[in-house]
Amino acid sequence: MTGPDVRAQLRDHCFTTDLPPEYLDRIAEHARLESFPAGTVLFTEGTPAEQLYLVVSGRVAIELHVPGRGAQVVDTVDECDTVGWSWLLPPYRWFFDARAVEDVLAVVVDAAALRSEADADPALGYALLQRVAAVMLHRLHGARVRLADLHGSPS
Amino acid sequence: MTTVAAPAAAAADAGAFTLREFRVLRRRQDTRDTATLSLEPCDGARLAFAAGQFTMLYAFGVGEVPISISGDPTRAGPLLHTIRDVGGVTHTLTGVRRGDVLGVRGPYGTGWDVTDGRGGDLVLVAGGIGLAPLRPALLQVLARRGDYGRVVLLYGCRTPEDVLYARELEQWRGRFDLDVDVTVDYGPPQWRGKVGLVDSLIPRAGFDPAHTLALVCGPEVMMRTVAAALVDRGVRRDRVRVSMERAMDCGVGLCGHCQLRELFVCVDGPVFGYDRVERLLWLREV
Repeated sequence: MTGPDVRAQLRDHCFTTDLPPEYLDRIAEHARLESFPAGTVLFTEGTPAEQLYLVVSGRVAIELHVPGRGAQVVDTVDECDTVGWSWLLPPYRWFFDARAVEDVLAVVVDAAALRSEADADPALGYALLQRVAAVMLHRLHGARVRLADLHGSPS
Repeated sequence: MTTVAAPAAAAADAGAFTLREFRVLRRRQDTRDTATLSLEPCDGARLAFAAGQFTMLYAFGVGEVPISISGDPTRAGPLLHTIRDVGGVTHTLTGVRRGDVLGVRGPYGTGWDVTDGRGGDLVLVAGGIGLAPLRPALLQVLARRGDYGRVVLLYGCRTPEDVLYARELEQWRGRFDLDVDVTVDYGPPQWRGKVGLVDSLIPRAGFDPAHTLALVCGPEVMMRTVAAALVDRGVRRDRVRVSMERAMDCGVGLCGHCQLRELFVCVDGPVFGYDRVERLLWLREV
């Protein structure tokens, strides 16, 4: 699904809501609204990062497959959050798996086209980078604090 | 230079050291390392307490530790303590059996004072065993639910197996007048809930920051980030309350072991306004 629906979702999504309307129009040109039934694998580790996913509803698990232990859920992404930043930075390759835990509705944006838009218009590129950096900061903070194992038994 | 608080300011009254005997009515294993004890007074006199207060719980011949009361302050009944097995005394306490007798002093310290939040929204944010001291506050609110606006409970813990009061959380989650959100640090493949830090739940939780009282209890690092996230969201510092934890011995402001700069956690706290302790939370080694 493309067109007005996608444009409306971009206007309301936390990642893009405060972008100027002309930027939303340009992103919408490369985006579609897509449903992922629960259990769908959005992408797997090591594959090219060709899309940005803006979750409209549902939950996506970010997983790391550990031999002998199976898929470990390292993060979850919910409504109004984004899946993935690997699409913006080299080597444009996913470092984790992503799986729909529930039925998911997402705006899926063509990453190569978005990168081209960003290259052509540094102001748009900077705006995207700011938003992706904020997501990275939040996730990195979460990962580091969890690394400290605050709820673990005192040694 | 270290500021020394004046013990006189926190002088214990004559009965503060009185040790009462309580009998174990029931022991419930909550999680792998945490159990809840139901205690009844051997002398028959109920121990009244305010949500957020603690007692000094004594395992005879082993030692004494401060434990928050986790029961319902609005109802008569056994005295409840939820205890995590993290050391010698707590190991003994979590291993007691029905009929065993423990010593209890208290209750001590400041409470959450949830009545101060009437007419507005209430947000409770708990990390790990920090849900135990918040449980009495939530039960007090639910007993007079109509006095409050939106009530939100955000809870984070290590793994799904570490979720405290899981059955009760499910019941609370099923209510139409209570928003409950749970997240874990690590999720196995079959976990369908959220994975991430509890502070990540704050930006999108449903409450009006300008008219909110927030109660926070958990590991100190978690309380720092949660309190900051609440303030970022627009909650006033003096409307955020945190429950501090320090090593306590006397529980009545005499020994000074729980000193936090100019404060004694046992008598000035454990519940403090964030406006009062914010700078202390960011100081090292206090």
